[in-house]
Amino acid sequence: MTDKSSSNAYWAANIRIITICLVIWAVVSYGFGILLRPMLSGIPVGGTDLGFWFAQQGSIIVFIALIFYYAAYMNRLDREHGVEEQ
Amino acid sequence: MDQYTLNLLIVGASFALYIGIAIWARAGTTAEFYAANRGVNPVMNGMATAADWMSAASFISMAGLIAGVGYANSTYLMGWTGGYVLLALLLAPYLRKFGKYTVPQFIGDRFYSQSARLVAVICLIIISVTYVIGQMTGAGVAFSRFLEVNVSTGLWIASAVVFVYAVLGGMKGITYTQVAQYVVLIIAYSIPAIFISLQLTGNPMPWLGLFSTHTESGLPLLQKLDQVVTDLGFNAYTAQGSMLNMFLFTLSLMIGTAGLPHVIIRFFTVPKVADARWSAGWALVFIALLYLTAPAVGAMARLNIIDTIFPNGPQEQAVEYEQRPDWMRNWETTGLLKFEDKNGDGRIQYYNDAAAGFTETATQRGWTGNELTINNDILVLANPEIAQLPGWVIGLIAAGGLAAALSTAAGLLLAISSAVSHDLVKDWLVPNISEKGELLVARISMAGAILVATLLGLNPPGFAAQTVALAFGLAAASIFPVLMMGIFSKRINSIGATLGMLVGLIVTCLYLFAYLGWFFIPGTNMLENVPANYLFGIPPTAFGPIGALLNFGTAYVVSMMTQAPPQHVQDLVESIRVPRGAGAATHH
Repeated sequence: MTDKSSSNAYWAANIRIITICLVIWAVVSYGFGILLRPMLSGIPVGGTDLGFWFAQQGSIIVFIALIFYYAAYMNRLDREHGVEEQ
Repeated sequence: MDQYTLNLLIVGASFALYIGIAIWARAGTTAEFYAANRGVNPVMNGMATAADWMSAASFISMAGLIAGVGYANSTYLMGWTGGYVLLALLLAPYLRKFGKYTVPQFIGDRFYSQSARLVAVICLIIISVTYVIGQMTGAGVAFSRFLEVNVSTGLWIASAVVFVYAVLGGMKGITYTQVAQYVVLIIAYSIPAIFISLQLTGNPMPWLGLFSTHTESGLPLLQKLDQVVTDLGFNAYTAQGSMLNMFLFTLSLMIGTAGLPHVIIRFFTVPKVADARWSAGWALVFIALLYLTAPAVGAMARLNIIDTIFPNGPQEQAVEYEQRPDWMRNWETTGLLKFEDKNGDGRIQYYNDAAAGFTETATQRGWTGNELTINNDILVLANPEIAQLPGWVIGLIAAGGLAAALSTAAGLLLAISSAVSHDLVKDWLVPNISEKGELLVARISMAGAILVATLLGLNPPGFAAQTVALAFGLAAASIFPVLMMGIFSKRINSIGATLGMLVGLIVTCLYLFAYLGWFFIPGTNMLENVPANYLFGIPPTAFGPIGALLNFGTAYVVSMMTQAPPQHVQDLVESIRVPRGAGAATHH
């Protein structure tokens, strides 16, 4: 096991990136897709508005990007803190 | 070759493939049976997870649900994908690091309590059994429509096939079969969508076709659709929905997805923690291939149906009943599509007779009520016929629908059988059972679960549709919160977690039973299931997040008032938070 201080810094960095990712996750789906749709109604996308696109396709694409970004970020963080699996 | 023979050939070939794979991937050890020996490549695991996750509901029902309502049902699209972000960030890597076989096992070890584990086993069995009934019913529908056998014969065939590859192969057999099933179902879903998108918009990619120009009218497709549906008194397809309902329902589906045991156990099968992170991403990529196409399938099918009924546009005369296309005749025999000539003019009028603003127009046109009822569930299955695609595409849709239903059923059966053989028998009733004995128990409980699921599928309880809401509600209210707290807090203790789960479980059940009837028995509900009666306007189907909140709150307050967990449990939490040191988590 790694020493306490390094593992705490690792965990704090993990919590920080999780929070950032979940904020984006909520903004694209609950925000752009649902609650903020009226605000985005001025931006046309193929016969409808941006909010409709986020609700039906955009949020899914962002979800995929978030998971891959998080995986890559964490795999790098694991190595930086020397806690990756051998 | 007639359609029937073609269907039989395509479905038969897909079944032969699944059984061939199962014989190749037999499980010899419990590690292979429960977790495919943790040797599954993350991309393959992603594909298998996608097939496991996408059930008859995603394949058969979802596009129809979206077609019927439009924008407001985008909740299914976001809800059934957004849960994967929660899984990838909050659960999958840590549960993989924990390195055991079942979800109740984690709950039992982390909360050092056999009763917490038992509560988790009960939730798991309720969730998985209600889910599996839906899959068997879906498989029955596909069989009876395409293979012209009666539903019972179809179900027994389906059970026999699942029995062979699930009982023989366990997680290993199921995983590799699911990879094949994914390929079958995604091809079956995409091909008709591509053809239809080409016909309507000239764009071969349906997800772009949805936002392209409708070739015939020169208008954007969605504008054209808004126009024809409002001409018939329906709400515009892209119209705003109720924000509160959409918000809560999406949240319920997302948290529920992240708490479903049969999805979570998929992440136990990959070799490393890093692979568990990647695997969730790959799963969502493969899911998205269907989910990005589904809204296009829904919108285009709605347009095609209206176009079939009003060949010269909704302003002109509807089609004569005697001139109706073959697909309508075929589906009429199943009872899922009904025509009633209310005004006796021999034509099929399809419009929204509930819209107050439209009554005048309808009266002027001599219409005395909507004459066509279409069950949303037939939409995807009938799609190739509606768009007049060749016979092999119809056979392919049948094989795809069955692949979706069977792959999910197998995943659920594995979750049930591992909970029974590992959580109940191995670690509780007969602790010194041999590896061989445990494997035998796992196979027997799998066979038992298949039998129960088939019998329930043969006589589907009337409440099958509502119980899906219960499954999601319970997963959200009981399993997800304790897993998350178990990882992210060292302070939550055994009594807090057990009470949290019980409060989430009981309150969610009570709220559902109050509106849908005690144990879903019709007529026993205490309150009428209408929005005016809902607590803060929350429909029973969207109660999951409230149950989850109560679970979190109870666990936190109770844990703070009682003793902190023992040191070895705090060390366990510390060890699952870092990928290094695979063996560290296995001690008790």
